[in-house]
Amino acid sequence: MNGLATALFTLLRRDLILALRRRQDALVVLGFFVVVVSLFPLGVGPDPQLLRSMAPGVLWVSALLATMLSLERLFSDDFRDGSLEQILLAPQPLSLMVMSKILAHWLITGLPLVLISPLLGMQLNLDGTEILTLMAALLLGTPILSLVGAIGAALTLGLRGGGVLISLLILPLYVPALVLGAGAVDAVMYGSSAQAHLSLMAALLILTLLLAPWAIAAALRIMSD
Amino acid sequence: MAEQRVQWFKFASPPNFYDLAGRLAPWFGGLAAILFVVGLYVGFVLAPPDYQQGNSYRIMFIHVPTAWMSMFLYVLMAVYAAIGLIWRVKTAEVMAKAIAPTGALFTFLALWTGALWGKPTWGTYWVWDARLTSELILLFLYLGYMALHAAIEDRQRAANASAILALAGVVNVPIIYFSVVWWNTLHQGASITVTSAPTMETVMFSALMLMTFACWMYAIAVVLWRARLELLERERRAAWVLERMGEKA
Repeated sequence: MNGLATALFTLLRRDLILALRRRQDALVVLGFFVVVVSLFPLGVGPDPQLLRSMAPGVLWVSALLATMLSLERLFSDDFRDGSLEQILLAPQPLSLMVMSKILAHWLITGLPLVLISPLLGMQLNLDGTEILTLMAALLLGTPILSLVGAIGAALTLGLRGGGVLISLLILPLYVPALVLGAGAVDAVMYGSSAQAHLSLMAALLILTLLLAPWAIAAALRIMSD
Repeated sequence: MAEQRVQWFKFASPPNFYDLAGRLAPWFGGLAAILFVVGLYVGFVLAPPDYQQGNSYRIMFIHVPTAWMSMFLYVLMAVYAAIGLIWRVKTAEVMAKAIAPTGALFTFLALWTGALWGKPTWGTYWVWDARLTSELILLFLYLGYMALHAAIEDRQRAANASAILALAGVVNVPIIYFSVVWWNTLHQGASITVTSAPTMETVMFSALMLMTFACWMYAIAVVLWRARLELLERERRAAWVLERMGEKA
């Protein structure tokens, strides 16, 4: 039991150290998020009311795209340098080891999106409670994006053009998170409570936490044997 | 009881499946052709015009069966994929792969006929109605499955990987459907309901049933044919393939 905790923690620490050494990877994802959100006003015009009503959708779709961008490297670096093989051979259950990697991925790419979202929300004229709801929804939703996205990353491991393929495989599966996340902010905007959306999002997170690690572990075994 | 089981497993072996599918597929194909002709005759000639929609409702006889098939086939594909993944049944893997293009075709037809039906009834080709939207996402799921299958060169690995994708998709389909329904009611208020159709006449109902069976027969015939070809390609070095190909050459 103790060995398991050590292994999980070591893997998490290793991924975080690697990310700190190569900061640009995480920063590029964050920069992409900011740039995409900033392009929308240029495309649809600066009308504050229009921007405000579009804001939840714009922020969520941009968050989905930014997450997609980071997924390709989730397993591919480890696959190339052989450390994925070591993880597969380790006596610890693969589905738990995978959770460690996904937690690291979320800390590196998901959490920064949550933290910078208030700034972008203000740019798009959201007010205080709406921004808080947006953050709560992103906080619950970005782990879902990492978990489901990891299935796609594992299934396209070692394939040519894997990055483009991931988006075709995974974006349809992101629909529930998008609907609930943007819906939560919409609900607050139209004067009702976001509680239902956030509860359902939390339920979805729990369901994904339960099922995704098995699928990821199975996909990794298939694609790396 | 035990004997019956042996009978079933017999057809899971590629050569037996190949022979059986070859014998059955033409029958299903012929049945599909007859049912299509009869169904279209009943639907387009015998059935009276609708008192509200006139003649435009007749596209329902194509639209509704294809929409049903698109959903059934996805579930069926996931079931075959699961059987292939869990029990390593090669014919099940082949069947899952063979179903995908037919399912995508039906999904596309359902969307296309839905758009054509929408123009005269709702005045627009496309509305972001919950059913249309989830059907569109279903099409993306089919395309993703086929793209992943095509991207992996090793056939065994392709079958296993896309089986996982099909299973992830089938878990998600109800969640997607309900989230889209909810999204729709939230954004559009009361939207067009396709469900509250007036009670159907017997002629219309029988045309619909005939067309549904025709679609089933067509799907079975085409899937069996495609599965046979896929088996030949996968097993091209196996003795049974050489034996059968040698006979024909």
